[in-house]
Amino acid sequence: MADVVLQNITKTYGDTAALDNVSLTVPDGSFVVLLGPTGAGKTTMLRMISGLDNPESGDVLIDGNSVLGDPPAQRNVAMVFQQYSLYPHLTVRQNLEFPLKSPLLNTSRSEMEEKVRNVSEILQITHKLDNKATTLSGGEMQRVSIGRALVRTPNIYLMDEPLSSLDAKLRADLRIELKRIQTNSGQTLLYVTHDQIEAMTMATHVGVLDNGKLVQFGSPRQIYENPISIYSASRLGQPRINILPAGLFKINAPQNAETIGLRPEQILQGKGENCSVKRVERLGDQTRLHLSFKDHDIITVTDAHTPLQSGETIKIQPVKPFFFDKTGMRVG
Amino acid sequence: MAQIKIKNVRKDFGTFTAVQSSTFTIEDGEFFMLLGPSGCGKTTTLRMMAGLELPTSGEVFIDGEEVGMKRASERDIAFVFQMFALYPHMNVGKNMSYPLLSQGMSRAKAREKVVEVARILGIEDILNKSVGGLSGGDRQRVALGRAIVREPKAFFMDEPLGALDAEFREHMAEELRALHDRMGATTVYVTHDQLEAMQMGDKIVVMNHGVVEQFGKPQDIYDWPATKFVAEFIGSPAMNFLDFDGTIEPGANSVNIDGHLVAIPKNLQGGRGAMSLGIRPEHIRFSDGSDYKGEVLAVEYLGTTQIITLKTPNGTIKARIGSEQPVSNGALIGLEFDTRTLTVFDNGNGLALRSEANVEVLDNG
Repeated sequence: MADVVLQNITKTYGDTAALDNVSLTVPDGSFVVLLGPTGAGKTTMLRMISGLDNPESGDVLIDGNSVLGDPPAQRNVAMVFQQYSLYPHLTVRQNLEFPLKSPLLNTSRSEMEEKVRNVSEILQITHKLDNKATTLSGGEMQRVSIGRALVRTPNIYLMDEPLSSLDAKLRADLRIELKRIQTNSGQTLLYVTHDQIEAMTMATHVGVLDNGKLVQFGSPRQIYENPISIYSASRLGQPRINILPAGLFKINAPQNAETIGLRPEQILQGKGENCSVKRVERLGDQTRLHLSFKDHDIITVTDAHTPLQSGETIKIQPVKPFFFDKTGMRVG
Repeated sequence: MAQIKIKNVRKDFGTFTAVQSSTFTIEDGEFFMLLGPSGCGKTTTLRMMAGLELPTSGEVFIDGEEVGMKRASERDIAFVFQMFALYPHMNVGKNMSYPLLSQGMSRAKAREKVVEVARILGIEDILNKSVGGLSGGDRQRVALGRAIVREPKAFFMDEPLGALDAEFREHMAEELRALHDRMGATTVYVTHDQLEAMQMGDKIVVMNHGVVEQFGKPQDIYDWPATKFVAEFIGSPAMNFLDFDGTIEPGANSVNIDGHLVAIPKNLQGGRGAMSLGIRPEHIRFSDGSDYKGEVLAVEYLGTTQIITLKTPNGTIKARIGSEQPVSNGALIGLEFDTRTLTVFDNGNGLALRSEANVEVLDNG
């Protein structure tokens, strides 16, 4: 395993800059998640490291050495895609062994057997080892394709939304499993997703991407509690952060503040100014309140069994809010 | 607008029974959710209400009138599908006025109606645009508009937001619900997404394998599931089950789980054999005083809260606690459960045992 560094990478496809002078260090042993909507440049970053694509300018370093001249096979990276592409004519075991049979690796038979056994135990597919890949369910196939990456000991694992085609329950199980594997093995992983839950629960570091730019990099907690911009603040948190005019509340705002950002926990209920309850949405474990305050919509969260009903009035007051300037950057 | 009632409705496709025997009532003006995994019979149920499918047996009433022998076109309902099928060669306005003109309404009148509905949906400025260049959200608004202009007795929607991406889906869900609140039209909505059902519905029917598992208000179903299936299907993470063997006498206030007495709401019917104690993740508290322990397997940060996965002698469970509380992997933690919220299930038939806490909800659906 090794540090992987992207230095001032720019890549354009036609007229659009997929990556715009991006620099990123994936520290050895970290679990870095790149988060952003479709088109932010997440997948392009992975392709730069794997060598499936090359940048127009900038450099990619693995363990301190530039790998731009190396073809994908020599970069020793393992990639898992959203669409599991297993060899349909091979069994699960043969699929898992396949990467180890690369002449570059020169793995002995006994070593191969042991690795396949370990990985299949971790991913709970031991009982399917001799099944044809095509007889597996979607979740099992994705586990095999993750396994096919795990049998190797590459410089870095690159994963492109590997869980997004799975159902909710399996996704929740594999989130924990992937995190556990990475923590225990100390391997380096770069993971791409648009799912904020995956980013928050698995990452040691989250990289927030916006239109080909890396706008914030830090632990999930840093980004949630200390976002640098409206964009960053809106990536994490459900319900999403409320963005309102800075002067809406009777509180002191920094002079250059244009907007105020309030997550549900930054809205104190029962004190402050009156606002009306438009809708009470009971989600079971919590209740969302849709509020109307001086003609602005606010969504916050309250106790699951609140007696509040739509049409009633409650008092609210900001607590330690975020302020943003007119370009959307954090101030104060 | 309309009340819709289905009574002992059954549907067989050859030897396969899609819907076994469904009975429930949708009140006038309700936003009603048909919820369940794929293949549970929810879409078939909707299609029978709409008249797109004939029930094998049973009756469907719209506004008190039995409509079993009426065609879909005679039931005065509007259908919105997941794949918004718009007429590609017509512009937005023409797509919306088409149902009116084909009913024989005058052009001037139809035009007026379309403009009015377009204003409600916020699409007045695209009425002259071709539907080809529209975003997914606008296409869905046009499809809705085409349904609304007719002022039908009821709207039937089959996963209308299923094709949209997550962020936008949430936005459209809010918009749809707000639209419903303004118009007050009876709406029946099919989904497999439990959060969508909780978020939008006045009432929910949960179906599985062609059977209605439970019927009621979202919060009631969440708090007091009638079956283990419902307990697991609703809520994320799902309800936890601590499995145990034993006997519960009617009137009991506690269960014995491997020697640990756990207080429960007063049981009314008794039970014996293999059972599970059902606990929602947010009803687990960490307490040094408790001798019922769990080992931390995973910690998942979620911003305001965190999900802690714990291994207990009776199975793996997940707890939801505030994210300010530090928790580390491998720690052994004493657990307490919020007594008022617990449900005991019989593992033989998967049904909740009646208690003083849940009897009212269970008897109503």
